[in-house]
Amino acid sequence: MTAAEPQVGEEVAVEIEVDGIAMQARPGELLIAACERAGTYIPRFCYHPRMSPVGMCRMCLVEVDTGRGFSLQPSCMVPVSEGMKVSTASEAAKKAQDGVLEFLLINHPLDCPVCDKGGECPLQDQTMAYGPGETRFVEEKRHFTKPIAISETVYLDRERCILCDRCTRFADEVAGDALIHFMGRGNHTEVNTFTDEPFASYFSGNTVQICPVGALTAAPYRFKARPWDLSETVSTAWVDSVGARVAVQASRNRVLRVLGADADAVNWGWLSDKERFGFEALNSSERLSAPAVRQRGAAWRDVGWGEALGQIAAALGEAPPERVAVLGGARLTNEAQYMWAKLAKGVIGTDNVDAQLGDGLDPAIVLSLPRATIDDACRPGGTVVLMGPDPKEELGALYLRLRHAVVNDGVKLIEVTPGATGLSHLAQHTLRPRPGTTAQLAAALVATAESSPAADRSGTAADSGTASRGTGAAGASDADSDATNAADGIAGTGVDRSEFEAAARCLSEASDAVTVIVGRASLAEPAEEVEAAAIELTALPSVKFLPALRRGNVVGALEAGLSSEWLPGRVRLDDAESAESLIDAWPRMPETAGLDAAGILRAAARGDIDVLVLLGADPLNDFVDRDLAYRGLRGASLVVAVDLFMNDSSSLAAHVVLPAAGPTECDGTFTNLEGRVSPMSRKVTPPGTARPDWMIAADLAERHEPGSASDLDSPEAIRAELARVSNPHRLITEQALIQNALEGMLLERSDTTGEAGGWRRSGRPTMGRSPVGRTEPETGPAGREDNAGTREETPDGAFRLVAARTMYDDGVMLRHCPSSRGLAPAATAAVNPADLDAGSLGQGAAVRVVSDFGHLEATLVTDLGVPPGSLRVNWLAPGAPANALIAAGADATMVKVEAR
Amino acid sequence: MQADGYLAHAPGYVLNEGPKLITGRFVHEDSFTLERYRATGGYEGLRAALEMTPAEVHDEVRAATLLGRGGAGFPAGVKWGFLPPGKHPYYLVVNGDESEPGTYKDRLLMERDPHQLIEGCLIACYALGLRQCFLYVRGEMALAQERIAAALNDAYAAGLVGREICGTDFSVDIVMAWGAGAYIVGEETALIESLEGRRGMPRLKPPYFPAAVGLYGQPTIVNNVETLSNLPWLMVNGSQAYKGFGSESSPGTRMFAVSGHLRRPGVYEVEHGVTTFRDLIYGENFCGGIRDGHELKMFIPGGGSAPWFFAEHLDLPLEARPVGAAGSMLGSGAIVIMDDTTDAVRAAWRVVKFFARESCGKCTPCREGTTWLEQILRRILDGEGRPSDIDLLLDIGDNISPGPYPAAAHNGQEAVPFPPRQTTICPLGPSAVAPVVSTIRRFRQEYEDKITRQDPIRIPVAAGAAP
Repeated sequence: MTAAEPQVGEEVAVEIEVDGIAMQARPGELLIAACERAGTYIPRFCYHPRMSPVGMCRMCLVEVDTGRGFSLQPSCMVPVSEGMKVSTASEAAKKAQDGVLEFLLINHPLDCPVCDKGGECPLQDQTMAYGPGETRFVEEKRHFTKPIAISETVYLDRERCILCDRCTRFADEVAGDALIHFMGRGNHTEVNTFTDEPFASYFSGNTVQICPVGALTAAPYRFKARPWDLSETVSTAWVDSVGARVAVQASRNRVLRVLGADADAVNWGWLSDKERFGFEALNSSERLSAPAVRQRGAAWRDVGWGEALGQIAAALGEAPPERVAVLGGARLTNEAQYMWAKLAKGVIGTDNVDAQLGDGLDPAIVLSLPRATIDDACRPGGTVVLMGPDPKEELGALYLRLRHAVVNDGVKLIEVTPGATGLSHLAQHTLRPRPGTTAQLAAALVATAESSPAADRSGTAADSGTASRGTGAAGASDADSDATNAADGIAGTGVDRSEFEAAARCLSEASDAVTVIVGRASLAEPAEEVEAAAIELTALPSVKFLPALRRGNVVGALEAGLSSEWLPGRVRLDDAESAESLIDAWPRMPETAGLDAAGILRAAARGDIDVLVLLGADPLNDFVDRDLAYRGLRGASLVVAVDLFMNDSSSLAAHVVLPAAGPTECDGTFTNLEGRVSPMSRKVTPPGTARPDWMIAADLAERHEPGSASDLDSPEAIRAELARVSNPHRLITEQALIQNALEGMLLERSDTTGEAGGWRRSGRPTMGRSPVGRTEPETGPAGREDNAGTREETPDGAFRLVAARTMYDDGVMLRHCPSSRGLAPAATAAVNPADLDAGSLGQGAAVRVVSDFGHLEATLVTDLGVPPGSLRVNWLAPGAPANALIAAGADATMVKVEAR
Repeated sequence: MQADGYLAHAPGYVLNEGPKLITGRFVHEDSFTLERYRATGGYEGLRAALEMTPAEVHDEVRAATLLGRGGAGFPAGVKWGFLPPGKHPYYLVVNGDESEPGTYKDRLLMERDPHQLIEGCLIACYALGLRQCFLYVRGEMALAQERIAAALNDAYAAGLVGREICGTDFSVDIVMAWGAGAYIVGEETALIESLEGRRGMPRLKPPYFPAAVGLYGQPTIVNNVETLSNLPWLMVNGSQAYKGFGSESSPGTRMFAVSGHLRRPGVYEVEHGVTTFRDLIYGENFCGGIRDGHELKMFIPGGGSAPWFFAEHLDLPLEARPVGAAGSMLGSGAIVIMDDTTDAVRAAWRVVKFFARESCGKCTPCREGTTWLEQILRRILDGEGRPSDIDLLLDIGDNISPGPYPAAAHNGQEAVPFPPRQTTICPLGPSAVAPVVSTIRRFRQEYEDKITRQDPIRIPVAAGAAP
């Protein structure tokens, strides 16, 4: 924080001596870590480099001399100090290690032959390396009921458990879900859950990975393979845009397990359970395995690739370019995305392409605002503004990093969200702007933060002085504070004034760059509000942004040009002449700017789209307006679905279905929300004749215009062309990828594109309403003024709808994932308890949530995290899609609750 | 008072001749009431302290060399000096979790004279400039909890605790908390964990002293009930008078709970450092010798954790240093006498069983080792012992507490001084080794006599035979 503190780079090495060999350690480093870096492995069970040490297992006892003679010390608890002498293999140390191992083994069941951990078990390995070899224990071993299910997916065998505190520490310290604990004492100590409180954590799978014995096992891998039969490749998790690094393990051409890989810049080895167990869907027997065409009578007929592609190519050949559209593409690798972008824009010539389904952000925001990395956001002592979705629900691995930063590294979190998130209880300041006032609040924050903190404080004191000298009537002081609020620009936002001032002061005092996590907290609100708010915040000094987009490789799609009005390399379509290398590589350019997802669906509903390609997209469930999605799908003449599964949209409307290879079935790269490009690796072959997406696009391109993709016959070749045509990608070479195999490499930042990137910050106090070019000023404020009033002023009994995603939902991949199929929460309508007082409906009532556009059936619950006047529904609950309530482009959605 | 010195209203306490610095009020049946306490000079120590500066009070305690009575025998005045300056708030935590086997002196102090303890707390708080005190009472001690709660209520009502005590600007709040029945909470860092609402498990060291990082991460002084109960007398009479009792290195009096095969077992307040074990066990003013004319076989000089002593140690003074040098400790002031009818193996098993049950389960050697020791001893007692079991017991002990374990001199072997080394986090694990090492060293024959089985024949594994 202050300049007096030494910088990391200036730290002086600490000289220590390990087993007689002098070495240098980092100041403050734990002895066990220092020794490991120097090549001396000290056995351990409880120590984990990503968690605080507890010194419980006593396996890492070594003899340490800090000047008063050698004594046994747990090396996981002792920080190095100058001149420290360490003996890791002295007689006393060996005896202590032997003794601890024997103690651990006496009550261990030694059922290694039937234990999933056998072969990769630290207890096994260290027994071989350090253990006594023979038992002296003739007593009856300790018995517990063999595995008990502590959650839907995780099983606990307490007989195998060595009580190392790793899982319990993870649950408490890292995930913040302290649902497993030690119980009992002495020899009867056990790990368990509380009665009726299962270990229902989104991150429970991590405990299985870090368990040093086979005590914790996860259903998807139980009894599936022996570790020595597995082969492994490092890849990238595909279920959300964090792009956590994973190790994909397979045996006999089947993926059996996914483990977190410890990439320091990304996920630290942690994964959400969805990332970890999501691979199960890929093994589903319902995967598409052959192209199929719909016959009359809605029956499907499997056909060869030639027939299917020929039919599509024929349709493409006949359709004018502007009557062709591509929806989706976030599932694809960067290479496939570029290939599809080239097919659509460069070969066919249509700009009707959108990888987002109305639930993301304007590409200008994602591509042009100065981009933060996760490390930037988590830098100790930094400041983070969370102005987006709940990271715990949508971006699991990012949530764990943020939580660690806030809890351990003094990162200050300012939450600007419409409701409580998984981080709310850790937030330094919480601002809950009324829907539609986020941009106004952001502008006010910037204005107040820019005025000096001292001036701000004295101003407050003067104000309160005035108030206290007033008439004393409540009305007068209210009016006074209203005036003050208006002066600060927070009138109508509904945020607490003192909290607002504290947050602004926090921003002004932020010594380091502020990171803004920007995304869609509610899919019932248009993106423009949060986009405008983000643009206001660009006025903060050296602010950076982390786009909290949810869907897989969506950032990669935008970077590869899979979005209307944009070309690969962050080039706007109207600026296409500047992209010379692109003009060389592409046969043609779209002549007119195309439509985004809403536009495409509207056009299709009007009958203006001849060929609609669903590139791993399920608009019926994912587009914000279910009715429009339905009409659009029905209105398109030919709907082609390129996907892993039949989903609701393709079942409804597709005419041709092409099976695509899944994320573990093709090579490529992935771009995460930071713009970090990391490899995805093929581990198994796709089912049937399913093909990688890039290959499908290349084939169609060749059919449409021979020669346009003839040299793009591999991911490497496509990657090379992408690096040639796109400036940000130019450093993504094969060699660079190999060198950065674990951490990946960041795309060039575009901190300078600024205004050219398409966004511009309107000066205060007009508080820009037209920065993004979609929303006109005159359409915006109307909705805003509707909500500027207090709760009582909203239409009788109506709530402002908040539609937020949850970790598990009724998405097509999760539906085919046996371990998480049952985890999608049923539809709930959550309201603040204060809003229930008057009504006759109570907690748990079966209700119908009705908007002007549709309705859904849900259970009424109360939640203090929902502000009064709002009603939160989960986005894609089984049988109750929230997008049935929402109309695309509406400024806000008002709903009522009826009994059913 | 009964003829033998027992008090009907204070079971276990023996009123004998000699100076009574902290148990003087026990003769009164209503000694726990505020009226009686005030009528017998109560809260005069506080008044005396309030007339001094806090530094002077601290100096007085330091000058008196008031040794901690919880077990370690560390001077309270020195411990208080460990508080880092300027890191307010500080806390005082009173360790009333007396659960060492054989120890029941603090219980009597809390039941019979709670105001004396409260006054001691107030004096300590005043000396250290702190405003918050936590009185942690063992969960099973219902009567002590009741009496302390009542005494606190009376003291608050009388303006002796709370805001602006006795009209000065000195304010202290005293809160009583009680345990959930775990021996390990007597360990000060485990007590702090329990007080914070977590599982009572010892904290990792360093930091070695709660005075640096204690309750809620703040500097904390943890003092024993008896230690603090000395303060009122000390403040009224001064350190010079205090040093008039006991030895120079261990002044004052001390309470000993003597139990076992005695004619008159009980809690005695004795002069510290000058009385010997022989005085206490055989003196007519004290326990009056072994029951029924039997001979002393062995005794535990300082609670269940202490290595055992034998007849040749009877002339050691009741003082920490000589006892430690002889291979044991004075600990919490519990002396357990066993006569020649005692089965040494069974006695060792009983003490080990206690520690096995009370192990908190945090660190491996204690969690697994203590239970294993108990299982082997049980097996030997059940006639299932094997010849190798004796060395196995010693080796398990060595894996919990490496190196020579503290023990009395015997048969040409020199005494190993206290304390033991440990592979564990706290001394509970090594405590379970004490009875095993003590009895095997002295009564190996008794073990061998009980062993009836043969060792299994081990088929040697040829070197290099493993795959």
